[in-house]
Amino acid sequence: MQFMMPDLSPLRPEIIMTVLSMAVLLSDLVIKRKETIALLSIVSVVAVAFTFKDSLGITFNGMFISDGYSTFFKLIFVLNVILTVLISIKYIGIEKVNFGEYYGLILFSTLGMMIMASAGDLIVLYLGLELMALSTYILAGFIRYDVKSNEAAIKYFLLGAFASAFLLYGTSLIYGLTGTTNLRAIADYITQHGLAGNPALTLAMVFLVVAFSFKIAAVPFHMWTPDAYEGAPTSITAFMSVGPKAAGFAVMGRVLLYALYPIKPQWTPVLIPIAILTMGVGNIVAISQTNIKRMLAYSSIAHAGYALLGIIAGTADGLASVMNYMMIYAFMNIGAFAVIIMLRTEGFKGDNITDYEGLSKTHPLIAAFMLVFMFSLTGIPPTAGFMGKFYLFMSAINAGYTWVVVIAVIFSAISAYFYLRIVMYMYMKEPKETVAITTSPSMGLALAITLAGVILIGVLPAPVVNLARIAFP
Amino acid sequence: MEQVMTNSLGFPILSTLIFLPVAGAALLLLIPRSREGLIRVFTLLISVITFIISLPLFTQFDKSTHIMQFVERRQWIPAWNINYSLGLDGISILFVLLSTLVIILCVLISWNAIKTKTKEFYIALLIVEGAMIGVFCALDFFLFYIFWEAMLIPMYLLIGVWGGPNRVYAAVKFFLYTLVGSVLMLVGIIVLYLYSGKTFDIIELSNRVYPYGMQLWLFWAFFAAFAVKVPMFPVHTWLPDAHTEAPTAGSVILAAVLIKMGAYGFLRFSLPILPEASRAMTPAMMVLSVVAIIYGGVICLAQTDLKRLIAYSSVSHMGFVTLGIFALNIQGLEGGILQMVNHGIVTGALFLSVGIIYDRTHTRQIADYGGVASVMPLYASLFSVFTLASIGLPSTNGFIGEFLIILGGFTANQWAGVLAATGIIIGAGYMLWLYQRVFFMETNPKVAALHDMDMREIITLLPMVVLIFWIGIYPDTFLGFMHKSVEHLIDRVNTGGVHGPTIARTIIGVMK
Repeated sequence: MQFMMPDLSPLRPEIIMTVLSMAVLLSDLVIKRKETIALLSIVSVVAVAFTFKDSLGITFNGMFISDGYSTFFKLIFVLNVILTVLISIKYIGIEKVNFGEYYGLILFSTLGMMIMASAGDLIVLYLGLELMALSTYILAGFIRYDVKSNEAAIKYFLLGAFASAFLLYGTSLIYGLTGTTNLRAIADYITQHGLAGNPALTLAMVFLVVAFSFKIAAVPFHMWTPDAYEGAPTSITAFMSVGPKAAGFAVMGRVLLYALYPIKPQWTPVLIPIAILTMGVGNIVAISQTNIKRMLAYSSIAHAGYALLGIIAGTADGLASVMNYMMIYAFMNIGAFAVIIMLRTEGFKGDNITDYEGLSKTHPLIAAFMLVFMFSLTGIPPTAGFMGKFYLFMSAINAGYTWVVVIAVIFSAISAYFYLRIVMYMYMKEPKETVAITTSPSMGLALAITLAGVILIGVLPAPVVNLARIAFP
Repeated sequence: MEQVMTNSLGFPILSTLIFLPVAGAALLLLIPRSREGLIRVFTLLISVITFIISLPLFTQFDKSTHIMQFVERRQWIPAWNINYSLGLDGISILFVLLSTLVIILCVLISWNAIKTKTKEFYIALLIVEGAMIGVFCALDFFLFYIFWEAMLIPMYLLIGVWGGPNRVYAAVKFFLYTLVGSVLMLVGIIVLYLYSGKTFDIIELSNRVYPYGMQLWLFWAFFAAFAVKVPMFPVHTWLPDAHTEAPTAGSVILAAVLIKMGAYGFLRFSLPILPEASRAMTPAMMVLSVVAIIYGGVICLAQTDLKRLIAYSSVSHMGFVTLGIFALNIQGLEGGILQMVNHGIVTGALFLSVGIIYDRTHTRQIADYGGVASVMPLYASLFSVFTLASIGLPSTNGFIGEFLIILGGFTANQWAGVLAATGIIIGAGYMLWLYQRVFFMETNPKVAALHDMDMREIITLLPMVVLIFWIGIYPDTFLGFMHKSVEHLIDRVNTGGVHGPTIARTIIGVMK
């Protein structure tokens, strides 16, 4: 049998990422200053980002697809790494977990996400997902001496393992039905053999949806989220709330709108209740939270619900709106977490909502940043959050789901209550005690990037929107 | 595409009006927090310059046409066919001028009243100004929505940070009420956009024909946003709280400009885009308006809080405005628009006056006053002018507006006219009684030592007095702006949906 070397150029970013991740991991042995490792990891992902441009192509018989769609998501992952590392540098020192592996794990997790975004085959998808998830489990439990961090890791791990099992079950059912795990081949087989109404296929689809719903934290598979978000190191909470969620949406879009597109009438009625429940539970439960990390956990659940509207729409525009939203979400959510991290000082946790009382008086600039992020998460123009929601709503209405959008906007208005509560505490209450904040140049840079992103995309959304639109084949 | 008149002033006047205050707010960021005097002077300077720049609108406006003037158009988000387009017609122009004027007065009235977070206060004030002007200038529905919502942020802060004791409740209520209404309108906007072949252009949208069923849905979606803002009965309950708790400048902005946006929304969107639905919904709107007029007035009689009383009188007066608008005839519409301006001037002036005395006594309870006329004679005489204008005495502006509205209302429906007229009687009742309790009767010891108005306060009130008599004696200066636009609007409302299908049917016939 002759062995043909497959074309490796579409894989170039992943290969380079693997090499550099290992280099970063090993550099821990020789480099004593952890800040240098942080810098190295940022340089690595930027270097990887430069290889995106000429990596387009399909290889390994369609198992690996590098197209505009995957590249857009990879850009989100790169952004996610840069921002997470910037807000981590000082923070993990305060938490006394300033170890070099931290950065290596972030890079490995991101490598997993990149593979997920490019997966053209359910097995490749599973590989990427596990690489991402295993690295993130460790990161969630990174504060070893803290019970809550351990709890976060174990919960995330157990429920994540469930999700993986569901994914594998779904995959095996699909393999049993169609004899292939290749996404394109699955779609072809379903249409050619008229499998559209097959109950086993529907079951397989449901299993896959359940697995993805775990990853994007959609109700009723969200139970791990509040505990994991609260317990994990705050920088990792920021990382988890953006990266794995975006990766989850990437594979969801790829599987549902590519492999399982022929059975769209079957999966839409599954997704619509999930989306409505997700928005409802996320927004309503967030109202009663007293811990800001838990509040943002529920908020992140709610945002997954909005983003699901784009998948439900099931059009090119719908997918582009999801991509656009994930990009915007990365900016505004990591920005909010950056502010939360700044309130963490030696001996002061700073994650209660009451800790924000009178922040505008003691630290007016930080309060103003938080104000912008909160309004953006609410979706008030002229911030990016509004543009993201608008695009989602527009594509869902265009696909004929006006009533779902009406529910979504009502929940969106409800969400204003708890985001505004933070603003209210900051601006309309007097400070009880002087809250100290931790500042560092890298933190300042992260805040500047996120704020610029939120305002610029809010005022001039055209470039990002265009990028998302042309990305879709 | 309908004809528009591009801006021929040599500079983008509308953009300047919107972004000069915003740029001013950005510059305020650079001024050190401790230099409060400089912050105030700078804000005043920006607001005065903005007002001066807006004056050419008044002089250069071509009153002989209904088409949009001073138009600016730029591509903004080509992927969604969204343009940055601004323009004014006879309906919107007066509100831009009112906005630029009112902000100057707000800066003046806040001069000594705002003592905490001064910098943030003036930043919020200037951003509100930019957004308000943007709302009235936008010719793109999407752009309109951006300004409409963006204004919520600074307004929320103005009420919530510098307001009275119950300010947080009032601010959140204001925000949530408005937001729920707005997001429903957003869904309506998107539906409209998709149906009309992906355009947000207001002029184009107002020239199309939509199926009747869709018009009805859209009418109520828009109603959700505009009625909350007006505020119409029964979604008016945020207004008394917001008005009462807001700082004086906030109350003035709310009364003078912000609640006009709701009525403006009906005029700019509901009527011309959804003419058939508007015609069909006239009875419902008239009933709600009359209920607001009478109910708002009766509630006023029971108020013990100065600002709350004026707030409820706003509900009553805005009932007149919506009645005029939905009378759907020329007198009603012109009266409605003029009454919006009048109400902005008179209620704005009343809130300014209350602010002046509140700065001295720090109480809003009517019972804490009495005999103010003997202590502050100048103040008392100006307040009497505003009181009489609010009642609608001939030779004040209130008379012209209310007269036209009742005339229009009577033409459309006699009962509406009759019932609305009783609202004026109630209005005279509560305003005169208020005046009596505050200014006459025995001098309350709490007010015995008050000094009369100083120069700054007189300057703040003077423009309002001038405008009250100007409109009251020679209203044509202002009515002249709107004649053509209102005629055009009425044409559209009465014939809209009739021409369209005929043409469409002819085309289909030819094609067959």
